[in-house]
Amino acid sequence: MVITIDPPAAQIAPCLPAAGALVRDERPTVAPKDELSEQTQQMLAVRDRRDKRAFAALFDYYAPRLKGFVMRGGMDAAQAEEVVQEVMLTLWRKADQFDPERAQVSGWIYQITRNRQIDTVRRTARPMPEELREPEGHDPDPGQMLALEQETEELRGALARLKPDQREMIERAYLGELTHQEINTQTGVPLGTIKSRIRLGLERLRHELKELREP
Amino acid sequence: MSDIAHHIPEPILAAYAASSLPRVFEVVVATHISMCDSCRGALAAHEALGGTVLEGLAEAPVSDTLLAGVMDRLDHAQPDAAPAPKREGIYPGPVMAALKSRPPRWKSLGFGVKQAILEAGDDGSLRLLHIPPGRAVPDHGHNGLELTLVLQGSFSDETGAFGVGDLEVADGDLEHTPTAGEEAPCICLAATDAPLRFQSFVPRLLQPLFKI
Repeated sequence: MVITIDPPAAQIAPCLPAAGALVRDERPTVAPKDELSEQTQQMLAVRDRRDKRAFAALFDYYAPRLKGFVMRGGMDAAQAEEVVQEVMLTLWRKADQFDPERAQVSGWIYQITRNRQIDTVRRTARPMPEELREPEGHDPDPGQMLALEQETEELRGALARLKPDQREMIERAYLGELTHQEINTQTGVPLGTIKSRIRLGLERLRHELKELREP
Repeated sequence: MSDIAHHIPEPILAAYAASSLPRVFEVVVATHISMCDSCRGALAAHEALGGTVLEGLAEAPVSDTLLAGVMDRLDHAQPDAAPAPKREGIYPGPVMAALKSRPPRWKSLGFGVKQAILEAGDDGSLRLLHIPPGRAVPDHGHNGLELTLVLQGSFSDETGAFGVGDLEVADGDLEHTPTAGEEAPCICLAATDAPLRFQSFVPRLLQPLFKI
């Protein structure tokens, strides 16, 4: 299979600074990717072939991170492992909903985990948007998948380049430790710094969703 | 669909992604996203950022037996019990879920204005409002946050005009008098985390009675 980067990513590629260069502006600093990440490939193997070895590899990668994430929320180790189990089982069960053109494995796991935590606390299903499914016979677009991986990589870079206290604030926001008012007032600066990343991702997704609705 | 002009503010979307929003607001956000591709994309971007945070936190090693336990359960993993309710008429899936798939039970507020309370509890209230064409809802202010999403028709107030899919965000400072457009009855989904404060005397008397 020949995988090509789609035009938007290719256009920004020539102005890339050297990898790892210390820049604080909004230019991308990550070399363009030419293949999907290990986690995406493993998740596709789980989705398309119910590959248990790939699932075990995903477990090895995500379980300790997930446990760390859940324990930051104040859960003890035993409860946290309970959540890790449930989330990983959900990953297996709902694998057919994984769409690498719209979400990375980590973002998807983040969503499943937050839903799981809320459902447990409230004992009622969390309000969720209607699902948007690809029409039957939709051809996967490797360019879109790679572009999304690229975006996520940029996001990771932007997060890593924040000052420690700003990064801490972002972490607290996405760990659910801040209210929307606090996000508004306290994270103004860092959210602004990464806003262009979010916007780029959003533009791609919007384009993708539009095509989905108007085939 | 593409005419939506008033979207979910980023901090509210981030709070929804992080599930730190009261449930009644979650219903409004989920409903708006069901109608708005732009906010659906923005939510995915916030979830991507959440995923990046999750990946970057300190790892906590899991017990040796955890993987085996999960692998054993793979073949018996149960599919989801009940599928999420689907859109019916002007009510998107998340509203149908809040309605428990039953039609709204409208109650008159006088002057042709009706409401159906979907949820009322300590963390706020969620209701549907039905305003006849051209009619104004009594002038009211807010103690907290109010999110109002148009499902049918339109309304306008001191801050602007709102059509189907548009979301109005009103905080404690705003006192407004929403007036329905002339074209059709305006039906809105509204959530507040505090009781509304009405300016005129009579509605204030009625407030506890109608739970608004």
